Amino acid sequence: MNSWANIKTITKRELGAYFSSPLAYIFIVIFLLLCGFFAFAVQPTLLTRGQASLAANFFFWHPWFYLFLVPAVGMRLWAEERRVGTIELLLTMPITAWQAIVGKFLASWLFLGVALAMTFPIVLTVNYLGHPDNGVIFAGYLGSWLMAGSYLAVSCLTSALTRNQVVSFILSVVACLFLILAGFPPVISLLESSGRPWFVEAVASFSVITHFEGLQKGVVDSRDLVFYLSLIGFSLFSTSVILRGRRAG
Amino acid sequence: MDMIRVNNLTKFFGAKHAVDGISFAVERGEVLGFLGPNGAGKSTTMRMITGFIPPTSGEITVGGFDMLENPLPAKRLIGYLPENAPAYTDMTVHGFLSFAAEIRGLHGGARKKAVSRAVEMCFLEAVLHQSVETLSKGYRHRTCFAQSIIHDPDVLILDEPTDGLDPNQKHEVRQLIRRMGATKAIIFSTHILEEVDAVCSRAVIIDRGRIVANGTPQQLRQKSEWSGAVTLRVIGINAATLQQRLIQIPAAKKITVIKEDATSVTARVFPQPGSNSVLAQGVADAAQGWRIEEMHTEEGRLDEVFRSITLPDTAKQAEAKQ
Repeated sequence: MNSWANIKTITKRELGAYFSSPLAYIFIVIFLLLCGFFAFAVQPTLLTRGQASLAANFFFWHPWFYLFLVPAVGMRLWAEERRVGTIELLLTMPITAWQAIVGKFLASWLFLGVALAMTFPIVLTVNYLGHPDNGVIFAGYLGSWLMAGSYLAVSCLTSALTRNQVVSFILSVVACLFLILAGFPPVISLLESSGRPWFVEAVASFSVITHFEGLQKGVVDSRDLVFYLSLIGFSLFSTSVILRGRRAG
Repeated sequence: MDMIRVNNLTKFFGAKHAVDGISFAVERGEVLGFLGPNGAGKSTTMRMITGFIPPTSGEITVGGFDMLENPLPAKRLIGYLPENAPAYTDMTVHGFLSFAAEIRGLHGGARKKAVSRAVEMCFLEAVLHQSVETLSKGYRHRTCFAQSIIHDPDVLILDEPTDGLDPNQKHEVRQLIRRMGATKAIIFSTHILEEVDAVCSRAVIIDRGRIVANGTPQQLRQKSEWSGAVTLRVIGINAATLQQRLIQIPAAKKITVIKEDATSVTARVFPQPGSNSVLAQGVADAAQGWRIEEMHTEEGRLDEVFRSITLPDTAKQAEAKQ
């Protein structure tokens, strides 16, 4: 397919751009340090908890790590193209804006996948120490990657709004914070005091945390997958609308 | 067949009328120069032709394909050098050109061939494996130019292709454009009027979103009041005598003295409208017996035409007062 060839070309270029800049390596090091620190230094640690599971000491923290790290990866996607002016080259090439958007998104998502995959020693550790259910761990990884993808799609959207990467970063952190807080226990209990259970449920259903919980426990529910994928689809679609609107002037 | 056809193109940015009903066509084998002051709408027009921004109204066809209805086949035919020559700074020159070739549908051997051809044409061998970020402005410009010709397009849109180049590089790029102009349809914009003579087969002058003049460089030059004027330097005579004698020529409209010193006078005789052809003979007759050191007929000057057409009305009045 021609459109896949175009997407592949864009993805390849973007991935190359990540690994030719120090950002990629800094990102991976920080991510791995955070994962290691929170797994082995925050009480009760992975070793003292006495469970052959990654849910409480590893995946639990991911929504918070991603809150700052994913916008840092996504902020340059369109803001940089606009600042340098290469967007004018990209969008006058014989490709659709949609192919460019998907290609760029896939590159960053694959990059996040690589960073996530590099946490594999922690899986080896729990397998060495006990007998965890590796299916559950895999579901947790899948959920974590999908969640990273939804943050990323939101960052992609905010990146299309501005030519300033810092503005893009801040907007994206705020938007992602909302996606977390909607399912954060203290916020839920605050909402419950309003006495409208349907409202609490409606807000919580927009949270990436609520949909991540099942996957951490190894429950691959199609509703959770649909939630993440539709959040990604909606954000990327909005990105295309913003890009078109920006050019229309 | 017209490779580029633009009909009644209009663009509003908010309330600002950036492009106001522009129409023109470019055939294969033509090099069309876009002239105009900054902010006249040259870049906006080019951006609409290349499909980067949609027009508010109007039609654009490239190679027979409608840019608005069917953009992909139209875009395939175009090579585009945007203003300021942007390029991905995190790539090497070779990587950038390979990417451009690949996205134009060239793979494997065809891609390699296209890249080496473009590198050769734009003299980029020396910096091939250097990162775009570290290039000087001239090299960066040529890298982006190489990107625009990588697929040997039928249509080239070049926004200030010689901006920021040194005189040698300018010369190379002009030669390149003229050579390619034999087989392609090319539009290029410039501020440098000598470039129009060197490269264009036709030029349009754009001012405040409208085309105010359209013709060959020769035709445009004839709009100048300088066109057909006779300049002469005479030795051993004073300015008053010279003026007195020359003003009696029927074809002369006015005479200006350019320079007068102890031994010679330099003056320019402007023709009455429509009497360009007889003025030189008239001056020669009137000047009999003088010691003429130099005498020639002016062709007309593009910069003067450009100024008289595009100066805002207030500035024109100020000039008139002086």
